[in-house]
Amino acid sequence: MTELPSKSRNIPDRLVSPIKTALFSWPTLLLAVAIFIFILNSFASPYFLSAWSLSDATFNFTEKALIALAMALLIVSGEIDLSVAGIIALASTIMGLALQFGVDTPGLVVIGILTGLVCGAFNGALVTGLGLPSIVVTIGTMSLFRGISFIILGDQAFKGYPESFAFFGQGYVWWVISFEFVLFLLSAAIFYVLLHRTNFGRHIFVIGNNPVAARFSGVRVERVKFVLFCLTGLMAGVAAVLLTSRLGSTRPSIATGWELGIITMVVLGGVNILGGTGSIQGVVIAAFVMGLVTFGLGLLNVPGIVMSIFIGALLIGVIALPILLTRLHDRVSR
Amino acid sequence: MSQLKLSLSGISKSFPGVIALNQVSLELHSGQVTALIGENGAGKSTLVKVLTGIYQPDSGSISIDNELVELPTPHSAFEKGITAIHQETVLFDELSVAENIFLGHAPRTRFRTIDWRKMHAKARVLLHDIGAAHINSELPLKELGIANKHLVAVARAMSIEAEIVILDEPTASLSHKEIEDLFDLIRLLKKEGKAILFISHKFDEIYQIADRFSVFRDGEMVGEGELKNTSQQDIVRLMVGRSVDQIFPKRKIAIGPPVLAVANLSHPTEFDDISFELGKGEILGFYGLVGAGRSEVMQALFGITRTASGTITLDGTAIKPKSPADAIKAGIVYVPEERGKQGVVMDLPVFQNVSLPSLHKTSKNGFLVLAREFALTRKYTRRMDLRASSLSQNTGTLSGGNQQKIVIAKWLATQPRVIILDEPTKGIDIGSKAAVHEFMGDLVDQGLSVIMVSSELPEILGMSDRIVVMRDGKIVVIHKNDGTLSAETLVKTAANISLDAA
Repeated sequence: MTELPSKSRNIPDRLVSPIKTALFSWPTLLLAVAIFIFILNSFASPYFLSAWSLSDATFNFTEKALIALAMALLIVSGEIDLSVAGIIALASTIMGLALQFGVDTPGLVVIGILTGLVCGAFNGALVTGLGLPSIVVTIGTMSLFRGISFIILGDQAFKGYPESFAFFGQGYVWWVISFEFVLFLLSAAIFYVLLHRTNFGRHIFVIGNNPVAARFSGVRVERVKFVLFCLTGLMAGVAAVLLTSRLGSTRPSIATGWELGIITMVVLGGVNILGGTGSIQGVVIAAFVMGLVTFGLGLLNVPGIVMSIFIGALLIGVIALPILLTRLHDRVSR
Repeated sequence: MSQLKLSLSGISKSFPGVIALNQVSLELHSGQVTALIGENGAGKSTLVKVLTGIYQPDSGSISIDNELVELPTPHSAFEKGITAIHQETVLFDELSVAENIFLGHAPRTRFRTIDWRKMHAKARVLLHDIGAAHINSELPLKELGIANKHLVAVARAMSIEAEIVILDEPTASLSHKEIEDLFDLIRLLKKEGKAILFISHKFDEIYQIADRFSVFRDGEMVGEGELKNTSQQDIVRLMVGRSVDQIFPKRKIAIGPPVLAVANLSHPTEFDDISFELGKGEILGFYGLVGAGRSEVMQALFGITRTASGTITLDGTAIKPKSPADAIKAGIVYVPEERGKQGVVMDLPVFQNVSLPSLHKTSKNGFLVLAREFALTRKYTRRMDLRASSLSQNTGTLSGGNQQKIVIAKWLATQPRVIILDEPTKGIDIGSKAAVHEFMGDLVDQGLSVIMVSSELPEILGMSDRIVVMRDGKIVVIHKNDGTLSAETLVKTAANISLDAA
């Protein structure tokens, strides 16, 4: 028998405590930004600091943020879904169609969510089954899904949703706390646990960092990615129910351009657009930041087109910032 | 009379945890072919990358025509007249033959646009000169076979008036006839006074075409000279003759009944009719040249490569692994050769790498239990004598040897039946090498069975109970490693040199 090397030593679990790591992370910085904007808003407009006004502000982002939660997981895994707004349009249209056949509120909700799920599964099957790049697949399905709802609707609109259906997008659970907002907070908690506290979430990070090594370690890469596409579709279906309920009607142009806002939210939240890193905390705070900014600009009567310029600029800025910082760091250290 | 064209002296290059080249020197003469010979991992390809400006040496000097030069970029190497023709030619499939030849130095019109007519005319002349008039200069490169692609690469070398031509295993995928044509071409280049560096594993080719030789071993130049005064035996000895006295802690362990039986395993292109058995407590070595199909067979056992036919039996039960997850569940694990790409996830902490295939054991109903992950990681990395500042350190910041320990620890934690190690000590430092070898002894001691793919002769001879030699996707012979087997015999069977050759 050879002896074990006497040098074998005890290696600590970690050198930096998790609290300290969290303190110096992107979400913490983002939280400071959110507070700053909040204060700015309250100076900019006298109407901002009222309970109802703040409650209204949440409607600006909750539907998008619900999709952003699932999108965050998808982007961490190294994929993306650009078709989410198209899914909303199709899901809303199918709900409207079901309404024409006399389907009532519970049925409408189920149909809306299921349509989203099926669309997500379709994306997932194309990406994982055929091995196509998700950016191309979902650019295709983005037009496909919305195209189908154009065919069904033409320039018409579905109206006359039942009164009980209005609760999802317009109802309040308690005082100024809307159903949408509660649903968002609940979903955020669930997605947080899913990404950061389960084996499934760990697999998502591993795949995003190195899909080959993940496969070589026994992770069923394709299966995880398929589930994530389904989950994103499902959340788009949920958003479709909320939005349709809030608007009380369906037009084929519903939710046009939402994918931009959703992806901006995810990236602003600190998720690496190339996959591998990110957190749900970050995405939730980013949702608040974007909600506050758009609502603040709205109070100041800034037109919608300027807002989309702002969001576009924000997206580029957030992606470019870490790259610029690394370059600066390299230059300084050299 | 030959003239010294290029000389390297004292070239060193190291990567984190590896010394790829150590004080290497090399001389190339005009009008001569110099053969560069060495085992896999001897530093040949690193040297080519230094010569073509892809890597920068840490120390040493390069001179061309007795003038010191620097090659900071591939473009500067190109300007100095150095060109390389690779195993897999690095040309552009979608571009035409003429474009590939003149990429970067195409003839221009008055308006600085490309003069297409002149380019094709010049290309035709060049192709004609090298005896490749049958190639249409307007065809996209992808429509040519590998041999014709080599011809295009040579035409490119002529067009930039390269003085130094590197041929990096150019014959690897050529037929006999094509090799003859290539050699004619090399003779033509020789006559034009080019200095040629020819890299090959195949002794018959080296003797046929080269004038001088230079042997590399473990990143060092161990011998050079004129080929005509040197026997094949001498070169083989230089290649392998290193520290065979290195200590390998091979223990005497009684080998039990077969655990794994592979019968007639075949793949459409990579390997054919592979049959062997692996006993309990046995270390089975797989030896062969690069491209012999060893890794492909192992990846088939691990569920990555699909097989066309054949059976795999583990503990008496037939298995058909369709994915690594299946193989791991059955008890077969694989430590890949490409550690950085397939073995570890660089940007994740040590503990997440180790616990990855065991998450179902450390977690509770699918929820992570970090404390158990840390405990599992500590248990197995301590056995491997891992050196790291913490278990949360990013794996990419560790040396190659320590990364390898993490990959092995990861698999041990799954408590496998069979562990396959593919070039387990390639590019890692001596200390980690010893840890890995020592550990293989521990493994078989505990009743595991090990398959070790290795191109390092002392390792394969020092560690294996039996040695399977593969060539061209087939098993040539299975040797019993009873102490009488010599390194020379192994090299010769793997490279198909007849045993009685001078």
